[in-house]
Amino acid sequence: MTWLVPLPVVMPLFGAALTLMMARKPRAQRTVSLTVLTATLLVSCALLYLSTTEGAQVVAVGGWAAPLGIVLIADQLAALMLVVSAAVTLCVLVYSIGQGMADGHEETPLSVYHPTYLVLTAGVTNAFLAGDLFNLYVGFEILLVASYVLLTIGGTENRIRAGSTYVVVSLLSSVIFLTAIGLIYAATGTLNLAQLVDRLDALPDGLRLILQAMLLLAFGIKAAVFPLSSWLPDSYPTAPAPVTAVFAGLLTKVGVYAIIRTETLLFPGGRAAVVLLVTGLLTMVVGILGAVAQSDIKRLLSFTLVSHIGYLLFGVGLTTQLGLASAIFYVVHHITIQTTLFLAAGLIEKRGGSTALDKLGGLAKLSPVLAVLFLVPALNLAGIPPFSGFIGKLGLVQAGVADGGVLAWLLVGGGILTSLLTLYAVARVWNLAFWRTPHKSMPTGRLPALMVGPTLALVLFGAGLTFVAGPLFDVGDQAASTLMERSGYVEAVFGGGTP
Amino acid sequence: MTPNLVYIVVIGVLFAAGVSMVLERSLTRVLMGMILLGNGVNLLILLGGKAGTPPIVGLGPDEEMADPLPQIMILTAIVITLGMTAFLLALAYRSWAMSGHDEVQDDVEDRRIMQLAERDQGSGIDDVDHGVNR
Repeated sequence: MTWLVPLPVVMPLFGAALTLMMARKPRAQRTVSLTVLTATLLVSCALLYLSTTEGAQVVAVGGWAAPLGIVLIADQLAALMLVVSAAVTLCVLVYSIGQGMADGHEETPLSVYHPTYLVLTAGVTNAFLAGDLFNLYVGFEILLVASYVLLTIGGTENRIRAGSTYVVVSLLSSVIFLTAIGLIYAATGTLNLAQLVDRLDALPDGLRLILQAMLLLAFGIKAAVFPLSSWLPDSYPTAPAPVTAVFAGLLTKVGVYAIIRTETLLFPGGRAAVVLLVTGLLTMVVGILGAVAQSDIKRLLSFTLVSHIGYLLFGVGLTTQLGLASAIFYVVHHITIQTTLFLAAGLIEKRGGSTALDKLGGLAKLSPVLAVLFLVPALNLAGIPPFSGFIGKLGLVQAGVADGGVLAWLLVGGGILTSLLTLYAVARVWNLAFWRTPHKSMPTGRLPALMVGPTLALVLFGAGLTFVAGPLFDVGDQAASTLMERSGYVEAVFGGGTP
Repeated sequence: MTPNLVYIVVIGVLFAAGVSMVLERSLTRVLMGMILLGNGVNLLILLGGKAGTPPIVGLGPDEEMADPLPQIMILTAIVITLGMTAFLLALAYRSWAMSGHDEVQDDVEDRRIMQLAERDQGSGIDDVDHGVNR
């Protein structure tokens, strides 16, 4: 069944070409996009099932065997990320169709939107499936270029300003990544991840550290890790709500995925673990303090997004199986919840006319449905039991306590503090936007069903994570143990014999 | 290719000039900086492979062939840089059309919150109920 592996990349790209040709037929465009993304979701589920029962699914593109050709590899981690990202992109697509119909496409020229959105999906899936560093770079570039277009869509002055910052910072991180690739190739003579495992081990310590640091720097910018995170809250909030939602859910997580992949496979037990822990702590605390100071819901959510990346670094930096498994669980939770919250923010903007907290009020009375749609994921994000945010944070705290080091305890404390401050930040939004007397100038009207539907689906999906937390944690645990072993990955690519 | 001083100095100069241009406010300068950086990286990748005869089977002994992989990677990187150059140019032009210049501005909301912090004030939204104003 390995022929399934390239499909999550090929189908969206093919769909992008089709929708581009149908620029004048919005209805046909919608049909194609929805079909393609539904198919991607189904294939991803099949890949997750196969990688769990039969082990990693590998395909050598064009029949050229590794290490000469390019391999795509769907192991459990990659397949799990594929499933979640496909589900999220599908929901956001339905939401954006609903919004486009409601708004009359004034700010989002529909003919470009669908192809670009599908290209973005292809980039994300390609990055997850990539079996060599250069293909990972190409995946990053595909999704970044698509994201530049989506972020500046419509070309209003605000979006151009925000887009400029985003584009320049992203370009810089790409240059750093490419430099790292050049250096790694010069040092080892290969870019195939499975082959790099042995060859990097043979390098002198200092050289390995430099290569590791360069990769971490490149991925750290993409993942919005604290000293490199200030671009994110400036650029995300100006985009249309569905675009911000899908960016918040997926783009930073692709960076985190790349960190997990390279840290476990290429540089296990390196000295950079301490760096990950320290930056993780700073990301959590500084991010959430930024969120507390904001007076706009979208900006506030952007800061919580940055802050919660810290939890993921915490799990990866512990370099234990429990830590890694919790981080994988937390990624799944965080992709879902952060996307849901941004979609809910879009609904607030639709109903209340703004996302600025001083212009809102009384939404709980005006639209009880909206109140539920915001409150459930908000409590989930803050880590209130029994939601998945609590389970993920509990796993991380357990992993931190099991580690027992001073730094680990500091992170446990920082994590709990961040969780509390997150609760404070979302409770503040609740108090100001949903309680109080309604503002006089707030528009009236109903929310479009096509926007409420997908948001509700994601709210339920996020809350439902609690019910499948056991099996999901098992998948995360298995994925973590294969990641820690490394030999499984190499065997999957080379079929037992090393080249 | 065996690293020689000329290559290394050229790469160094390209990187240094590129970085200093990227730090400018004007998008056009940033764009030029990115092009310089991109060329520096391409040369760096080229240094990573072996130099030699064209890598086509039958043209010469296998041991003397150049390593084609870095060249392929550079081709890909050049294509990506080309696309990005076009996009940045469009962005700079749009910025010029909208606001009369192509300088990247500070975030408005950031500046507002910073001013509040300097005056040591809250944003005030936490204490006002709209009902009171009515």
